[in-house]
Amino acid sequence: MEFTLKIEEKKIVIDNEGTTFQAMTFNGSLPGPLMVVHEGDYVEVTLINPDTNSMPHNIDFHSATGALGGADFSLINPGEQVTIRWKATRTGTFVYHCAPGGSMTPWHVVSGMNGAVMVLPRDELNEGHALHYGKVFYIGEQDIYIPKDEKGKYKSYKSLGEAYADTVEMMRKLVPTHVVFNGKVGALAGKNALTSKVGETALIVHSQANRDSRPHLIGGHGDYVWETGKFSNPPQTDLETWFIRGGSAGAAMYTFLEPGIYAYVSHNLIEAVEFGATAHFKVEGKWNDDLMTQVKAPAEISTSPTK
Amino acid sequence: MLITFKFKLTLACAAGLVGPLAAIPLVTMSDARDDQQAIIELHPGTVSYRVNGDFTHAGKQATAPLAQKRFDRPLAIMKHQVSSADYQRCVDDGVCRALDDGAGVVVAADRPAVKVSWHDANGYAGWLSRKSGETYRLPTDEEWAFAAGGKFKDDVVVMDENDPSKRWIARYEREADRAPSDTETRPFGAFGANENGLLDVAGNVWEWTSTCFVRHALDDAGNVLSRSPNCGVRVVEGQHRAYVTDFIRDAKAGGCAVGVPPNNLGFRLVVERNKWLGLQHLVGRVAPGLKELLWPVRTWRSPSRTIRPGPAFRGFVESGGPIS
Repeated sequence: MEFTLKIEEKKIVIDNEGTTFQAMTFNGSLPGPLMVVHEGDYVEVTLINPDTNSMPHNIDFHSATGALGGADFSLINPGEQVTIRWKATRTGTFVYHCAPGGSMTPWHVVSGMNGAVMVLPRDELNEGHALHYGKVFYIGEQDIYIPKDEKGKYKSYKSLGEAYADTVEMMRKLVPTHVVFNGKVGALAGKNALTSKVGETALIVHSQANRDSRPHLIGGHGDYVWETGKFSNPPQTDLETWFIRGGSAGAAMYTFLEPGIYAYVSHNLIEAVEFGATAHFKVEGKWNDDLMTQVKAPAEISTSPTK
Repeated sequence: MLITFKFKLTLACAAGLVGPLAAIPLVTMSDARDDQQAIIELHPGTVSYRVNGDFTHAGKQATAPLAQKRFDRPLAIMKHQVSSADYQRCVDDGVCRALDDGAGVVVAADRPAVKVSWHDANGYAGWLSRKSGETYRLPTDEEWAFAAGGKFKDDVVVMDENDPSKRWIARYEREADRAPSDTETRPFGAFGANENGLLDVAGNVWEWTSTCFVRHALDDAGNVLSRSPNCGVRVVEGQHRAYVTDFIRDAKAGGCAVGVPPNNLGFRLVVERNKWLGLQHLVGRVAPGLKELLWPVRTWRSPSRTIRPGPAFRGFVESGGPIS
């Protein structure tokens, strides 16, 4: 399998208030793309650092073995490119990220330089019986740290270099200002809500390269969850909330049983609502009264004890 | 602009000789923004109105009824939303809560005050009333719909008693059919005027109303059996009708709240001018020509930039006020 990743340093808007962020990205998105390969594949990755960028970059694949996950073989300056090859020996979902060394590493990661690889087994996903899915949804979560001015307003920087010192100071407090899915508050909601239908099975791959997260599907469950993301382990079943360790990607399988709007959140609800870690699923289909019904619509509190 | 204003001024002065506006000299003008904070008087009329709130019938969610709402008296409402600069005057007076400049609220005479709660809006109305000697208040949802005219959206959703998800998804899709990221305020008029001359109705600022959230139970004939109001939640109007808790300044989505929230929360006020409006209306009925002569302009200067020499004067002067 061959992949090309082009590194793009760029200023982006990460919320509905127009807050800007000096991002570093693989292929322009925050986080970078999900790469899907199969067990035993040789994965050849060409990394390009155009001369319009200002910094050296590289890539560390958690799915790869040796050379710091490839980081040691892939450090390139602006105007350079490099190709590495690794063998996909272990199945599951894994994070990849930039790791140029020192304080550069966490800064590049929280600036957007991370993504996920899914190595599928040669045989089927299973838990005693084969597990099939209809759609894969990739949720890339990103914690973002944006300095504020003395008035409490988010600062905007002209360049990465200008943003560096303030940003690292924010990062060292470990409290992000934004936690977003797909690069922006609300990126997977409204018109861009994820879609499915009753009876369809979704495989939700959730990656977080830096910080712990706890996905929860409001009104649904994790039928089968590979919380650590590694398919050689049996999945846990019927979970309400699962845990994605910072620096890993997990996978959850769910068959939608009721139509409607589902919120997929990080169930630290402060992060879901205030920091932005919310996505929506819009699910079409036929309602099942047996699973859920409104027996009596909201009304004033009944004074009769029998009602 | 200035010429237009002077023309209006002449007319108003001429009218003032014979009408109840006699005591208004309308002598000053702070700058050329003569259309700012103007009040628009809507003639009596009727609005077809989807009643706000939630409705149930026999213990199930029901479709909100469509009502014809008749306004027998004229309605005087601000031409544009209260500006952040006007709101700031109330802040400077120590009455209103400061605007959230950290959240990027621009304080300018031609930009709306946003990120304000229902309490902030109500506080401003009270302050303005005290300053001006007139009664300013938030419009009711019905009044807002009447003034909004064609900009008022019927928010009925198809109700399927056997499948609550249909209504849910329909509402979500309708709310999602716009840009939640458009929060930057624009100069007044950027979203155009409606047929009544109100600016920026259903632009990117939603407006607070005085109407409480009410749950209604309907009987078989569709009549209201009971009302259960919650005044901790008020109706806000704009591109869609929303119900927002009164102390919220920034309606957020996320978590269980799966709708798309209003982009900005702001407001405009109605002014009670019953004495004069009633008389004007009466004259208008008896002799429309005379009314046109006596009250030739549909809009007039608001409070904040005219001087107040006599008891019938409508307005007050703030710093930076009149330039003679």
